[in-house]
Amino acid sequence: MFEPFYISFKLASITVLILFLIALPLSWYLSQTRSKIKPFLEALTALPIVLPPSVLGFYILVALSQNSPLGSFFKETFDISLVFNFTSLVIASCFYSLPFMVQPLQSGFESLNKNMLEASYLAGKSRLQTILFVALPNIKPALITAIIITFAHTVGEFGVVLMVGGSIPGETKVASVAIYEMVEIMDYKGAHIYSAIMLGMSFIVLLSVYTFNAKHKRKFGL
Amino acid sequence: MIHINISKALHGVKGSMKLEVNLNIKQGEFIALTGVSGSGKTTLLRILAGLEEADGQIEVNNIFWLKNNKSLKPQKRSIGFMHQESALFLNMSVLQNLLFVQKDLELALRLLSLTGLNELKDRYPKTLSGGQKQRVSLCRAMMKRPAILLLDEPLSALDAKMRGELQLQILSLHKEFNTTTILVSHDPSEIYKLSTRTVVLENAKVIKDANTKEVLLKSQGSQKFSFEGELLELQEVDVVIIAIVAIGQQIVEVVLSKKEAQELQVGKRVILSTKAFAPTILHPSL
Repeated sequence: MFEPFYISFKLASITVLILFLIALPLSWYLSQTRSKIKPFLEALTALPIVLPPSVLGFYILVALSQNSPLGSFFKETFDISLVFNFTSLVIASCFYSLPFMVQPLQSGFESLNKNMLEASYLAGKSRLQTILFVALPNIKPALITAIIITFAHTVGEFGVVLMVGGSIPGETKVASVAIYEMVEIMDYKGAHIYSAIMLGMSFIVLLSVYTFNAKHKRKFGL
Repeated sequence: MIHINISKALHGVKGSMKLEVNLNIKQGEFIALTGVSGSGKTTLLRILAGLEEADGQIEVNNIFWLKNNKSLKPQKRSIGFMHQESALFLNMSVLQNLLFVQKDLELALRLLSLTGLNELKDRYPKTLSGGQKQRVSLCRAMMKRPAILLLDEPLSALDAKMRGELQLQILSLHKEFNTTTILVSHDPSEIYKLSTRTVVLENAKVIKDANTKEVLLKSQGSQKFSFEGELLELQEVDVVIIAIVAIGQQIVEVVLSKKEAQELQVGKRVILSTKAFAPTILHPSL
């Protein structure tokens, strides 16, 4: 019965993992660069926040469908379809949730004392070592915020998922889509249970983020 | 030996100027770098550290750090750097801050005991005072046993007592490790106590480079003592003029004749001196 939740969480976990690896270099670059292309990259990154999910879903659908170069390449080479399956959900979620991973990390990196980063370079540490051992540990609240909010936001997505993944039970039918369908067939009891679970979990997640950040601030004064 | 011959265009508040510095420094020298703010002192230090680009050459102990636009990365330069404000790694304890530079526990513990920080080695930077933080920074800068120790006004934010203690520690580490040290400072007593040679920058050019005592004890005229200050106001009182001058933290009044006052301009720097009569010296009452 709770399979949609399982799919939602699996999707969110994988999305967080992939996005972290993409967002780490991107947000670091954005935080350190004075290049003229920075505003373009920032605007591109922030697009999913303002675009209607249906627009985003539509473009992703077009880009991944078997009629597109990308879609036909994957179909012919690996015999993988990129739409209406779990893989397509992951790809769509990575676009959809990108700003929620990049923005907290970027503002975390920007808040760091530049002298501290220089001190690390002068100590002979490479950029990667500096990011891993100096920058990231000093922006733990931003890091936790980025991970949790990306996770929660992915669990909460609806429009993009519906457009790109449809509602295939056990494959692409996530919790939010399940609720929509329950309401459609007037299964209000099921919708109530699912909605209450979503509401409770979302609140607990946000509460723990804010509690952690407050504690961390007291301890390290960051 | 260290040979520095660099130039770099600077765009400061006073417009564009070209930083041009040509210095030869002997191993083990303690050099004070001084001059008004905006004269390029910090930039010069950052160029030496590899944190900023420049044209020209830097050669340190027969290794080129900068030559033909090829610049050795900061990571590869044998530099100890101390910033004006604490740049400690906040996520690491005092001891971890040192070990992050070099996994040399013996050296770290020796530095900590030389600077009286043994008790604090497991504390985190947030819990330290300003003076303690800068002592940790000093120890951390020495962890690479650097060829050049660069100090960018490291003590300017500390109170007089703490500054005095740290000056002694800087000097003793400088001697113990036989490093070449360049200190940016505005404080004449600090420069006098620590350095053997003073380089004065003005508008991004070296205008003076000599023995510290020669530079500081500039004996223009034959005054017995003189102070430099800022003329704040000229008040006309009856037939005389009273000049209000700010010297350091103090405001003093000086009686002048109208003729003397004619040549003075409010807001400009002035030198207050006497040579005719023996001065009295007193400790200021607190």
